[in-house]
Amino acid sequence: MAFIPHTPADVEAMLAAIGVASIEELFDEIPATLRVKSLAGVPDELNEMEIGRLMTERARTDGHPSCFIGAGAYEHHIPAAVWAITTRGEFYSAYTPYQAEASQGTLQVIYEYQTMIASLTGLQVSNASVYDGASAVAEASLMAVRANRKSKSQRILVPTTVHPHYRKVAVATAGNQGLRFEEVPYSPDEGVTPLAALSKYENEDVTALVIQQPNFFGRLEDVDALTDWAHARGVLVIAVVNPTSLALLKPPGQWGAKGADIAVGEGQPLGVPLSSGGPYFGFMTTRLEYVRQMPGRIVGRTVDLNGREGFSLTLQAREQHIRRAKATSNICTNQGLLVTAATIYMSLMGPQGLERTAAASHARTRELVTGIARLKGVRPAFQGPCFHETVMLFDRPVAPVLKALASRGILGGLDLAEHYPELGPALLVCATETKTPADIEAYTTALGEVMQSVRAA
Amino acid sequence: MRTREKVIFEHSHPGRGAADQWPHDPGSAAIADIPQKLRRTQRPLLPEVGELEAVRHFTRLSQLNFSIDTHFYPLGSCTMKYNPKACNQYAMLPEFLARHPLGPESHGQGFLACMHELQEMLKEVTGMQAVALSPMAGAHGEFAGVAMIRAFHRSRGDLARNEIIVPEAAHGTNPATATMCGCVVREIPVDAAGDVDLAALEAAVGPNTAGIMLTNPSTLGVFERRIEQVARIVHAAGGLLYYDGANLNAILGKVRPGDMGFDVIHMNLHKTFSTPHGGGGPGAGAVGVSARLEPFLPIPIVGREGERYRWLAERDRPQSIGRLSAFMGNAGVLLRAYIYMRMLGREGMSRVGEYATLNANYLLALLKERGFDAAYPSRRASHEFIITLKKQARDLEVTAMDFAKRLLDYGFHAPTTYFPLLVPECLLIEPTETEGKDTLDAFVAAMSQIQTEAEQEPERVTSAPHTMPVRRLDDVRAAKQLDLTWKPTAQS
Repeated sequence: MAFIPHTPADVEAMLAAIGVASIEELFDEIPATLRVKSLAGVPDELNEMEIGRLMTERARTDGHPSCFIGAGAYEHHIPAAVWAITTRGEFYSAYTPYQAEASQGTLQVIYEYQTMIASLTGLQVSNASVYDGASAVAEASLMAVRANRKSKSQRILVPTTVHPHYRKVAVATAGNQGLRFEEVPYSPDEGVTPLAALSKYENEDVTALVIQQPNFFGRLEDVDALTDWAHARGVLVIAVVNPTSLALLKPPGQWGAKGADIAVGEGQPLGVPLSSGGPYFGFMTTRLEYVRQMPGRIVGRTVDLNGREGFSLTLQAREQHIRRAKATSNICTNQGLLVTAATIYMSLMGPQGLERTAAASHARTRELVTGIARLKGVRPAFQGPCFHETVMLFDRPVAPVLKALASRGILGGLDLAEHYPELGPALLVCATETKTPADIEAYTTALGEVMQSVRAA
Repeated sequence: MRTREKVIFEHSHPGRGAADQWPHDPGSAAIADIPQKLRRTQRPLLPEVGELEAVRHFTRLSQLNFSIDTHFYPLGSCTMKYNPKACNQYAMLPEFLARHPLGPESHGQGFLACMHELQEMLKEVTGMQAVALSPMAGAHGEFAGVAMIRAFHRSRGDLARNEIIVPEAAHGTNPATATMCGCVVREIPVDAAGDVDLAALEAAVGPNTAGIMLTNPSTLGVFERRIEQVARIVHAAGGLLYYDGANLNAILGKVRPGDMGFDVIHMNLHKTFSTPHGGGGPGAGAVGVSARLEPFLPIPIVGREGERYRWLAERDRPQSIGRLSAFMGNAGVLLRAYIYMRMLGREGMSRVGEYATLNANYLLALLKERGFDAAYPSRRASHEFIITLKKQARDLEVTAMDFAKRLLDYGFHAPTTYFPLLVPECLLIEPTETEGKDTLDAFVAAMSQIQTEAEQEPERVTSAPHTMPVRRLDDVRAAKQLDLTWKPTAQS
């Protein structure tokens, strides 16, 4: 095992060439006191047949429930071609394209990706990805501090309608460099960030405002007004967006009079399976004037010695392998393979397919909400438009309802008790284009039955 | 190799598309509730191509790449070993792919069992007390590690400790990470034999020392022989030791970072545990810690209670440095690493370190015999080693980069060039254990052939590569005349 091809004769010849008697001798510079005695905690090897059986059993244990949870990770149809090509060894087992001549495939894919994601977000330039949507918010905040030279406060306003996990990751990541994240409350009736909530910052030094559209509740923020408020006060705008929604919704580059300054988000909806939360990828785009403040790899088109077009990593003086302690970020490995999948996905969907996916997802959620709202003891939490996700309020605790639904093979949504206790019993639900009328019917019927058995508070 | 492929937008035709992939049109009434002022008015620039056109385009692009599956890839410090197909196939079982990250634990016991066992195996092979899996790359694991070191000192009211010591040969991510964590970097030299300069270390440590970041074997391809003294000096000064796991493959099953005295480590699962590099990621940078750092581990972590597995979060770990990913890090990568480790088992694990070291020392012996200069000739190679071409650069005006580019023509990916920075004209070569003797012999033959070319027709080498899809690229132009996105108008 261990995928080692050596025969005993090979080993013998190799040891002779080195001039040692045994492999053991090659470790003679390591103090003997440090040598491993045993690895008793590691089990015996399994061959491929055995591991296949084990993993198939484990997968079966988890089952394949009907999922109505969104909250930052969305079930969409993924064309078979996406992963058939993405897992080709030439993409799957290649390294970062530092040797450009031997990596033109990867480099061109990233260039095409940069073009697509920049256009989708309505901004000029894109990097080659960061880890996920949450780390993208953290990196964008650090970038805003570098880009907004007039602001000295390192103060970032983050509405509580931004994904709770993203807010936590931003604090855990950028808090170490002295950034302060201040929460802006939402309007309890509407579930969006009102301009009035920003008035206390009217005359304060603020570096950036984060705006999530659609927000964590699925509600649509007044992005134009929020963006203009920020720009009137020298505050940069960081947009956090769902890429599927951008087929229908105004791109960040067109928010307000000047457009958002940085757009980031979770790339998972673009052809990446839910897969327990990763690997996904974070996308990041910005205005051309801020490109040198951007973290991560960037691919440019140039020419070779013969004047023929080719691609290479560029603006590397921003990065850790050149600039070390003064780099824009410590990021090295990113999420390249997921970017490859997303580029193939966007190519197969095209503008029309992505638009239909967004519209169909939205339509399914509306049907779901209509069905749920017919039940006694459930009502929508907020007035106003949503995109493909929404919050429902219950007259009884949500956890036992979800548990009962799960036992029927339905994952009914996300209980908001942990992150938004002020809402009372509340459920975040989502349907996408993958759900049929029959799936939605099954959900509402099951919910109606379950509600009978869970008593109202 | 194939020469080139048009940019996909040049294949595009308005109105064309892979319509079989699209949902049925729900009609405009379906979105009537979205206010006009919040809508998009102009379609994004996405390709309009048929499915076969897209498949052909991306398949052709893949053929412009070197990869482990197609070429020997002896890229030092990157551990480009074979990525077993089974790891991919069984991590992509439909139930695993469909599992929502916020799904209930009742529908995740199979997945969580794999994660818990992975934590346990990683503890065992590194000698650490506890492991967290969520960091998504090596540098992300470094961030978690240094953040834990800071949190540890702060929890004791020791607020002055903000200096991270880094040897000058360290990976760039080490100093960059220290900065990300709000620390100050102090670089210290290594001696002529490649070991840390202990006198310089003694002089550098003090009441401001948060810790030291070390790779062992180091980036110079040699084992840090005085690691126990290094640990004593840093610990005596009140600092902690951070192990950069980039080179863990060299010692897997032979020595454990925990036994060397390290307090915190990250592991690059995409190196040592053979998950794919994917053309730049995803990786996975699991972290391991000694007992005193366990409370600070990033969440979530997988806990076990009897026969049930569950996520440990804020309420279980109030001192945690917090959450570093939206969900559970690169879960699918972690599954691949789990499968790989189970396939290797206890025996396989120590064979990795042994054969990686055998291959490196064999390759070094052969290259020395053919006249190439080792950077540290008196030392054993670890799983990798450095040769320096400063003689060739001086006498023949053929550089390490020229050798690297010419190797591409011979069908070998180039070794790492010009890293570490302190060895002039260097190639850092890491064959890994999954390569056989024949491949190594062929690589040596190519190096010898290039040496002959460098002596007899140097321009053949200095103008290489000749057989790749492109010649050497104009990087200055790439940075000065930025062309980062395709634009329709520029093409007409």
